[in-house]
Amino acid sequence: MPHSPSGENAFVDLSGVSLRYGETNGTLALSGVDLSIGKGQFAAIVGPSGCGKSSFMKLVTGLCPATEGSIRVAGAPVTGPLKITGMAFQNPTLLPWRDTLGNVMLPLEIVQPHRSRLSSERAQYEARARQLLATVGLEGFESKQPWMLSGGMQQRTSLCRALIHDPQLLMLDEPFAALDAFTREELWAVLQDLWMLKRFTCILVTHDLREAAYLADTIFVMSARPGRVISTHHVDIPRPRTLESTFDPRFNEIVQQIRAEIAQVRNETRVSVPVAQGVA
Amino acid sequence: MTSQKQYLLERAAPWVVMAGLVLLWELSILIFNPKPFILPSPAMVYHSFMDYREPIMAHAMFTLTNTLIGFAIGILVGGLFGMLIGSSRIVYAGFYPLLIGINSVPKAAVVPLLVIWLGIGQPPAIATAFLLSFFPIAVNVAAGLATVEPELEDVLRSLGASKLDILIKIGLPRSLPYFFASLKVAVTLAFVGAVISETLASNDGIGYMMLQAASQFRTSLMFAGLIVIASMGIGTYLICALIEKRMTGWATRKQSVVTGGG
Repeated sequence: MPHSPSGENAFVDLSGVSLRYGETNGTLALSGVDLSIGKGQFAAIVGPSGCGKSSFMKLVTGLCPATEGSIRVAGAPVTGPLKITGMAFQNPTLLPWRDTLGNVMLPLEIVQPHRSRLSSERAQYEARARQLLATVGLEGFESKQPWMLSGGMQQRTSLCRALIHDPQLLMLDEPFAALDAFTREELWAVLQDLWMLKRFTCILVTHDLREAAYLADTIFVMSARPGRVISTHHVDIPRPRTLESTFDPRFNEIVQQIRAEIAQVRNETRVSVPVAQGVA
Repeated sequence: MTSQKQYLLERAAPWVVMAGLVLLWELSILIFNPKPFILPSPAMVYHSFMDYREPIMAHAMFTLTNTLIGFAIGILVGGLFGMLIGSSRIVYAGFYPLLIGINSVPKAAVVPLLVIWLGIGQPPAIATAFLLSFFPIAVNVAAGLATVEPELEDVLRSLGASKLDILIKIGLPRSLPYFFASLKVAVTLAFVGAVISETLASNDGIGYMMLQAASQFRTSLMFAGLIVIASMGIGTYLICALIEKRMTGWATRKQSVVTGGG
């Protein structure tokens, strides 16, 4: 697999992208972001808080237009909300009036061609949703209401909802940040399994460097606001990765390196005198 | 205390309070012995209700009909209006001051105007019931729509959902608990509206009957009228509460059914 697909064969391609909120005096959230992600790749975006990671999500999915630069997804420029994406957030945002199965099937009621087929082929679609729920270990919970599920189960449901319509691009915004350490590590494996099974292109925005190294092929490190990509790391640890992989010296090396980079950009923003830095 | 006992006590509580109030009333009559046209005893109120139960019930039916028609229009207009101001910030900004203004005007002051436009009797009573009941419905539906999580909206928009899709799939279900909560308030206000209008401009209805009774110092009949209005108010409130419970059980869940596990 080519690690840095350039221009032509990239699935997600950003060049010189800036985003400013409000008018010319507004906050500059992103500045001159260049990155490309190949089809079927798992990419992670890490950085200090306030580096515009969530803005990046909105840009790529077309929910928010860029101030400058060009964004191309699946070979076409992004002009409005894309219809080939699935999204999951830190907050599972399940609908409390629907049971688990109903929540997972929500995208099918919106996205074509499923939308027009749903009523005539309901049984097949339901079977598909049940199967997906079983893949993440939620067999038997289909008719439970969201508030009857634990946080980890809600997040699994949210992942299923993001994937039920077989999106080509999965966008994850700190999906496991609110979970306890054990559940989080469990869900890393669940997500990796789903990805290896379906091979969608995935962009994971996270604060957790171990999470990024466990899951991603490529890690983009962003600077503090205004965010831009300061380095790219390729994680060459074989898949499927397990918790043992996280004790691999290579794994720790990558995590340490990224941590050092982020610590440095944090310091640069905190200490306004740039004299002591510079040389590195 | 067992949960069974707790449940029974909860069920009995409103009746106990009611009985206690009647007892207190009777007791104060015995102690202070006021003139019957100042404060009649519960027994006297009961007797005048039984003596006049046919005209009272006829007037009550008239009031109930006006209230429910006004309330129904209030649900329709209030619901649609709430959807409109809840889903567009511009419409909200434009109409909210007007809504507050309309709601601040005492409806008794509007009835004479309604009489000029609609005549006396049923039409102004329905209109007043509507005017009082539509405001809480509109405001609550708008509040429900405004509390949709932006992330949830993003999820749907990233699937290519239209504004209408988002309204139907998320906005309306989200605002249902607010809507039903407002119905309970609105239906009691609708009674207030109908009775105000009947008191000022009608030849039928509980409001008219009470005005007549007052002019003849038949205080016990007035109390009978009040109690009938109160009973109808409680009855319609309970119906609304029941519908609310059936429709939006998810919003008023009990903690006891939560299960744990990874």
